Amino acid sequence: MIELNPMIIFVAAIFTNNMIFSNFLGMCSYIAVSKEISTSLGLGEAVTFVLACTSVINYLIYYYILVPLNLEFLRFIIFIVSIAAFVQLLEMILERYLPNLYYALGIFLPLITVNCAILGVSLFMIIRNYTFLQSFAFSIGAGVGWTLAIVALAGIRQRIKLDSVPVGLRGPGIALITTGLMALAFMGFSGIVQIQ
Amino acid sequence: MNSILVSTVIFTMMSAIFALLLTIADRTVNNYGEVKITINDEKELNVKGGSSLLSTLIEEKIFIPSACGGKGTCGYCKVEVQDGGGPILATELPFMSEEDLANHKRLSCQCKLKQDIKIHIPEELFNVREYDAVVENIIDLTETIKLLRFRLPEGAEISFKPGQYVQLKAPLYEGNDEEVYRAYSIASSPSNKKFLELVIGYVSQGIATTYVHRHLEIGDPVYINGPFGDFYYQDNDREMVMAATGTGVAPILSLLNYMKENDIKRKARFYFGAKKPEDLFMLDYFKELEETMYDFKFIPSLSRVTEEDNWTGEVGRVDKAINKFLEDGDNKEAYLCGNAPMIDSVVQVLTSKGIPEELIYYDKF
Repeated sequence: MIELNPMIIFVAAIFTNNMIFSNFLGMCSYIAVSKEISTSLGLGEAVTFVLACTSVINYLIYYYILVPLNLEFLRFIIFIVSIAAFVQLLEMILERYLPNLYYALGIFLPLITVNCAILGVSLFMIIRNYTFLQSFAFSIGAGVGWTLAIVALAGIRQRIKLDSVPVGLRGPGIALITTGLMALAFMGFSGIVQIQ
Repeated sequence: MNSILVSTVIFTMMSAIFALLLTIADRTVNNYGEVKITINDEKELNVKGGSSLLSTLIEEKIFIPSACGGKGTCGYCKVEVQDGGGPILATELPFMSEEDLANHKRLSCQCKLKQDIKIHIPEELFNVREYDAVVENIIDLTETIKLLRFRLPEGAEISFKPGQYVQLKAPLYEGNDEEVYRAYSIASSPSNKKFLELVIGYVSQGIATTYVHRHLEIGDPVYINGPFGDFYYQDNDREMVMAATGTGVAPILSLLNYMKENDIKRKARFYFGAKKPEDLFMLDYFKELEETMYDFKFIPSLSRVTEEDNWTGEVGRVDKAINKFLEDGDNKEAYLCGNAPMIDSVVQVLTSKGIPEELIYYDKF
């Protein structure tokens, strides 16, 4: 396998391998919290931060505990536990020592525990055999890409609110259709870079 | 075999490490020491910080109404926080009106105790108690409405104002995996301190109503807390206009029972709205009240009668009957209990007759 520059992985994770538009991961909070640009930006920042931290933690756990013991198959369950524990810990620390940040981001943290994009990134970096640096770049890129997607959707939804959408499609319905169209648009980026 | 053992051990160890980390964090980072809650500038409570205002108050036996059990989804547990609550969270905003925000209201389940805090709650809430009651009697009033009598435990008494409500807990049962509290107006008179009567209608898919109608039997234990509510009898000599539909009759019954027992000499009219004759109930009792009470008239009104029903009473919705019989709004006040469209239409009729809005008391459900 060709050694990819972490920068390339970073860009690819935002545009061509966007968590939302190419993997459709993390959809629940993506649909639920995309009603306003400011809150969706807050959630996006929180997701990015948690992604960066958990990918490092899970990388270390995987390569220094699970691989030496031949327990690679345990990664699914261990990653879930470590993400949940980390998010809990982070919430407590933020609330105590950085109250302002907590009021901006902290309330989204319980949502992040069950955001599958977080688990997805940890698993992708293992499946794709990324190095430590590549994993880190990938996780930040995935976070930025996720933020980009949710903020863009929030912007569109703020516009849609003013339109007369057919009753049956209002809310998540039209949001999912919009997401599909956005994913088609993002396919246009696929010529830039490709990562597996 | 070996790999099963190793993986179990490793997974257990990792979980234990995370659990240990979290426990340490909970003891240190999440330890806010002892905080003081000042309630209404008079009562002071010294409690352990770190949990929500709602759960701490409940531990101190102060019951803030809450239907969802502190998940931040019902919006009932609003409390005025005067100082020390921190900024309002985004999770609370959907439940807050402009007025709530101006009055420093917070959802007590979302407000965490981190420092000394000053709150203001209605005096009545101090009167709220919890009761492990027992179902004493169940009567079918109509096909879908039951009258239930709950006997309070030995030594316990409840004191409430006629018109107030209690919360009944629907426990887990087959088909329901969520404990919820639902509010029901008390139908019995406040002079009965040893038992409560509630009128409960069946709503398909309703968690609590399914529990009451399909599972509850005489002798079963139930958990009740209360009383709550600012819909209650006002002591003055204005003429009373009462209107109710369906189970909304419950608080009106309590009002009438109270007036009858205390021989209160006020003119009162009760408009009972229903769709068909079989939806009306306790007609004999209201007829009896007409004879025994000072000046009481019972006016049932049906909105969907057919000729076969042989109905000789009023036809149409309650607002139509009120419009017909109520001459003017002079020296009158109104007590309404029913669903939102009914309340809205009746309020409209009453205000057009000249009853000021502040003298129209209602309980919407």
